[in-house]
Amino acid sequence: MDCDLNLKATELRLGLPGTTDAISPPKNNKRSSPDSDSAPPPPKAQIVGWPPVRSYRKNNLAEAESGSFVKVSMDGAPYLRKIDLKVYNCYLELLEGLEKMFKLTIGEYSEREGYKGSEYAPAYEDKDGDLMLVGDVPWEMFKSSCKRLRIMKASDARGLGCAV
Amino acid sequence: MAYSFPEEVLEHVFSFLSSPRDRNAVSLVCKSWYEIERWCRHRIFVGNCYAVSPEIVIRRFPELRAVEMKGKPHFADFNLVPEGWGAYAYPWIAAMAEAYPFLEEIKLKRMVVTDESLELISKSYKNFKSLVLTSCEGFTTDGLASIAANCRHLKELDLRESEVEDLSGHWLSHFPDSCTSLVSLNMSCLGSEVSFSALERLVARSPNLRTLRLNRAVPLEKLANLVRHAPQLVELGTGAYSAEIRSDTFSSLADAFSACKQLKALSGFWDVVPSYLPAVYSACSGITSLNLSYAAIPSSDLVKLISQCQNLQRLWVLDYIEDSGLEALAASCKDLQELRVFPSDPFGAEPNVSLTEQGLVSVSEGCPKLESVLYFCRQMSNAALIAIARSRPNFIRFRLCIIEPQAADYLTLEPLDAGFGAIVENCKELRRLSMSGLLTDRVFKYIGTHAKKLEMLSIAFAGDSDLGLHHVLSGCDSLRKLEIRDCPFGDKALLANAAKLETMRSLWMSSCSVSFGACKLLAQKMPRLNVEVIDERGPPDSRLESCSVERVYVYRTVASRQRLDIPDFVWTLDEDSSMRYS
Repeated sequence: MDCDLNLKATELRLGLPGTTDAISPPKNNKRSSPDSDSAPPPPKAQIVGWPPVRSYRKNNLAEAESGSFVKVSMDGAPYLRKIDLKVYNCYLELLEGLEKMFKLTIGEYSEREGYKGSEYAPAYEDKDGDLMLVGDVPWEMFKSSCKRLRIMKASDARGLGCAV
Repeated sequence: MAYSFPEEVLEHVFSFLSSPRDRNAVSLVCKSWYEIERWCRHRIFVGNCYAVSPEIVIRRFPELRAVEMKGKPHFADFNLVPEGWGAYAYPWIAAMAEAYPFLEEIKLKRMVVTDESLELISKSYKNFKSLVLTSCEGFTTDGLASIAANCRHLKELDLRESEVEDLSGHWLSHFPDSCTSLVSLNMSCLGSEVSFSALERLVARSPNLRTLRLNRAVPLEKLANLVRHAPQLVELGTGAYSAEIRSDTFSSLADAFSACKQLKALSGFWDVVPSYLPAVYSACSGITSLNLSYAAIPSSDLVKLISQCQNLQRLWVLDYIEDSGLEALAASCKDLQELRVFPSDPFGAEPNVSLTEQGLVSVSEGCPKLESVLYFCRQMSNAALIAIARSRPNFIRFRLCIIEPQAADYLTLEPLDAGFGAIVENCKELRRLSMSGLLTDRVFKYIGTHAKKLEMLSIAFAGDSDLGLHHVLSGCDSLRKLEIRDCPFGDKALLANAAKLETMRSLWMSSCSVSFGACKLLAQKMPRLNVEVIDERGPPDSRLESCSVERVYVYRTVASRQRLDIPDFVWTLDEDSSMRYS
């Protein structure tokens, strides 16, 4: 019967199964600086069962990591609040939540004029640190790019993200 | 030889022996002691469900009231044991249902438990009191509903880290209004929301409730209501620990906690909002056990909480605590006995937190009672390990996981042999050791020479040759469990130490260099060992005998070698070297 000798599998070596180096290169454990001149390490192939973290724990961690809480500041308020973006399914729900939390009205969104008919306009800080008007981009895109919310006085918000 | 003591007197004397090992020793003294002992043994511990059969147990011990049993090998926790390998609870439950109508307690670990089993438990034992399922799987919330509905005197239902198919939260509502006997309820591993009013009423009518571990779905806003009904709680596991920040929620929570004068253990804390942590401060001075291993909170908030807990004995935490937090821990918690630091980002290529070997060094230096450690980190040095060993010769459990396999001493680039050598040399009472990092055969020489009390050893990506395995098997006098993965250990050491394996509970070797031929030889030589070849590539005899097997699991057994539930990727080798297929 044909037999795959698969000598490589039984070969005694220090290297990890799947690697071709005989000895793993010495590890540089210093934190890499942003302007490090070495190329970023290639993505690691995951080894089954390593590190030895139980799946129960891994699953719980995964949920903890995808934290969707963002800080919400309101111009003039003494302290900030935090909301969980995961909880909302669309802009309407988010704005209603904000209105309830801060006891104010936000008004209606329109692409042309931003938020009409209220004292306040909701803005957010995105991944690049830019201050953007809430509502311009699709909801899912907003959820992943929103780092922080800011409820601005409408007078300050004029000119923010308005279509020219 | 006549004994002047009547049986009843001996029985009475034996009743003071609670440890299974002591009772086992007593039963070996002579035939009459064996007989007397077996009739009055009420609790047994079976470390490997395949080491013995239900029939043998029932025949020997007719009066059992409590059974504790373990199934899959430890490495099953890390997906190294294929699905369907075994460890089914049903045959045991079914046999015991007939033999022990007065059975009160069942404790299972790493076993497959079905709803059928749970229903059988709930209907067979009139006086059933305690069900503890640790890391078990195979059942759904329907099974829990049977237990809730039918066990009239249930005191304990503990589902530690089990994988339950969560069909709905309705199971909890099956506890009848007449059930007031609950002492311990741990549902933390469940996902679905249970009816809060049912839960509240259950807690309110259980005056003996000491342990309540909620699941994530129980909102923080409702926690105070529950706690208020149970100020006698000793152990509390919260649900999600986050809510909008409101002063009324906070003060209600703080008040509820301040009424709990007996609280000793806290856990849960999923999705923590740090502002709510101070609500538990009033309880902190009594707290001896804190499990924050699901709480993603920055070091500073962790430290604020921990430094309130001067009597802390056990801390489980994520590496967010960082070296600085561990230093603070070492300064404030002088009673600390056990520390576990889990990785928040185990698969990330770069460290996301500032947690290094220094944290462990600080705690080892500062906490004189520290005896048990599980520590995940990304760098280690021999110097640190030596310092740790010298500060803390009282370690009984030392489990270190350096995340990168075969990571060398980051200062000297040498193997970590000297460091782990220092651990086994200094810590003379060490019972459990897990190693990682770059290790040669030398470390195993140290282990074989010094680790005389070592009972369990876990090895991964270590060693150079069979000599390493030989040192361990020939030197570690107290070894009971040995688990090895991805090491160049093979036939020679295994066969040379075959007799040793009968003195141990089990040996697990996966991705090593053990050939099929050696497995057959071992099975021939040692008839009381079960040599299971676990290989998903098909029958081992379709390959050369010299081919390495994917995994081999060797364990002593007095049961028949051919277990009836063997799946098609496991082969048990028999004396005549024939292989049985399922």
